[in-house]
Amino acid sequence: MTPESVLKSFKNKFGTKVRKGMVEKIPHKMKHTNHLKRVWFEVDRTALKKAVRHLCKQYPDPHFSVCSGYDAGKNIVINYHFTVNYAHRTGEIVLTMKVNLPKKDPVVDTITGIIPGALITEREMQEMLGVKIKGIPDSRRLFLDETFPKGVFPWRNDEKGPEKLVRRTN
Amino acid sequence: MGKNTFGACDTSYSISIGPVHPALKEPVKLNMSIEGEKVTGVDFELSQVHRGIEWIGTRRNPIQILFLAERICGICNICHSLAFSKAVESIAQIEVPERAGYIRTIMAELERIHSHVLWAGVAAHELGFDSVLHYTWKLRENVLDTIEYLTGNRITKAIITIGGVRRDITKKQFPAVKKTVDYYVKSFDKLGKIFLKDPVIKSRTRDVGILTKKEALATCAVGPTARASGVKKDVRIDESYAAYPDLDIEIMTPDIITGEIRGDVYDRVIARLLEVKQSAEIIDKCLKQMPEGKITYEEKIPKVLAGLRDVKGEGIGRLEAPRGEVFHYVKMVDEDSPYSWKVRAPTYNNIMAWIPMLMGEQIADIPIIAASIDPCMSCTNRAVVSGKSNSILTQDMLHRLSVEKTKEIRRLLKND
Repeated sequence: MTPESVLKSFKNKFGTKVRKGMVEKIPHKMKHTNHLKRVWFEVDRTALKKAVRHLCKQYPDPHFSVCSGYDAGKNIVINYHFTVNYAHRTGEIVLTMKVNLPKKDPVVDTITGIIPGALITEREMQEMLGVKIKGIPDSRRLFLDETFPKGVFPWRNDEKGPEKLVRRTN
Repeated sequence: MGKNTFGACDTSYSISIGPVHPALKEPVKLNMSIEGEKVTGVDFELSQVHRGIEWIGTRRNPIQILFLAERICGICNICHSLAFSKAVESIAQIEVPERAGYIRTIMAELERIHSHVLWAGVAAHELGFDSVLHYTWKLRENVLDTIEYLTGNRITKAIITIGGVRRDITKKQFPAVKKTVDYYVKSFDKLGKIFLKDPVIKSRTRDVGILTKKEALATCAVGPTARASGVKKDVRIDESYAAYPDLDIEIMTPDIITGEIRGDVYDRVIARLLEVKQSAEIIDKCLKQMPEGKITYEEKIPKVLAGLRDVKGEGIGRLEAPRGEVFHYVKMVDEDSPYSWKVRAPTYNNIMAWIPMLMGEQIADIPIIAASIDPCMSCTNRAVVSGKSNSILTQDMLHRLSVEKTKEIRRLLKND
């Protein structure tokens, strides 16, 4: 299994819904040189669930690490980080699916139906970035206290961000 | 509180354990539904003390973040600064010198020994073996002294920097490190005898808090928790960072000792004890193989920072901390501070594994099961029973229940 073949399998299956595919091989030089393998691509939000299902079918038991996300101006970006091919010496590939959500309608489907362990991170994305995860089995807050004001999302850089709550100490 | 509170079977109670402060960024409060003595529902709250470290980080420069990252966790702090450096190094395409890779490995393995031995003591305490707690923590002092000898600090080591390490390990220091290695290889047999042969510890941990392989995969468990359930996953081998590609190590699963995998607390004890021995052997190998050379790609910090100011891109830093995979995502955009920084500590993933582990178990087993994934244990500091009885179950009470169960088993075993 090579990072190129992983990316190709997604491109073939989803066509134009998979964009900006990139394979990164970071050299790690010791006596035995190996490469840290990263695959990045952007997937249309309507195809995310199918892409995760495709991943589970092609490469059984992928490890879902976590979601990361940030405010990109007009959009909110969520990265779904998976790893495949673990348990093979230096063979692990980290695969990141990016989803771009417009701020006007930041909705994306849940993947907990396929990977139940994704619940924690999906709850975190909801409260930190103000996105809406459609079909999430438990949409309560997780890291933010109940007393934290509604409608403020700590990872946003716009008017919904936490700036006005911050007390400057310097 | 009277005993009959627990004996009543006609009603279900809810019992909360926690929060206070586990050393990770997420303190944990467990809410459980109890039917008689059995756990029938598990829920958790992580919202008590979110410190917003990632938010603070996006207002600091990468060198400052290293020290902030070290303060995410009091026990496995090196892994956070190392994972962050790895992410930044991959964006800026910085090559870390070989010798620095070896020093990073030695420091990470010393930390693993210290974390696992500390955990063994906590587990023994949860079971009511306080003499074992004192014994294991005495063992731990040795590795802490060595860390202090090498870095100047017992806990926050401040040794990682972007592109290498800040302090060298000199030839003169080798004998002291070697002595520590021998000490832990030797104490492995004794620890093994205490934890794996003792009939009382065995009956308190065997077939308790089972996590099957399927459940471990579904909940995305990591580290010794996953490996004890038979999931062969170890970033040191799968991705091989620092000096690990040269070391040829194996994944430690409990079947090495028992020949089978049950995924219970006992298996999680075995997985960690095996790793203590493995860590000692890794350090020994590193001392033998360590090449001469530079310890960082650039010594002058302002020059490092100037170089990082115009890099652009995204990077991922992953490594195997004592508790499992640590994951850092960093996005840099031509500025002093990273645009985005996401930290994922291992307990974040392992917490979902609590649900299948705790379901159907007894109240007295909650402390040892909760401890078996090695969260920072201060989360079981106190517990409150709410609902009809409206009475309070303190940490002492919960601990006493656990100790009583151990005594009971000891009595039963004696009578056999």
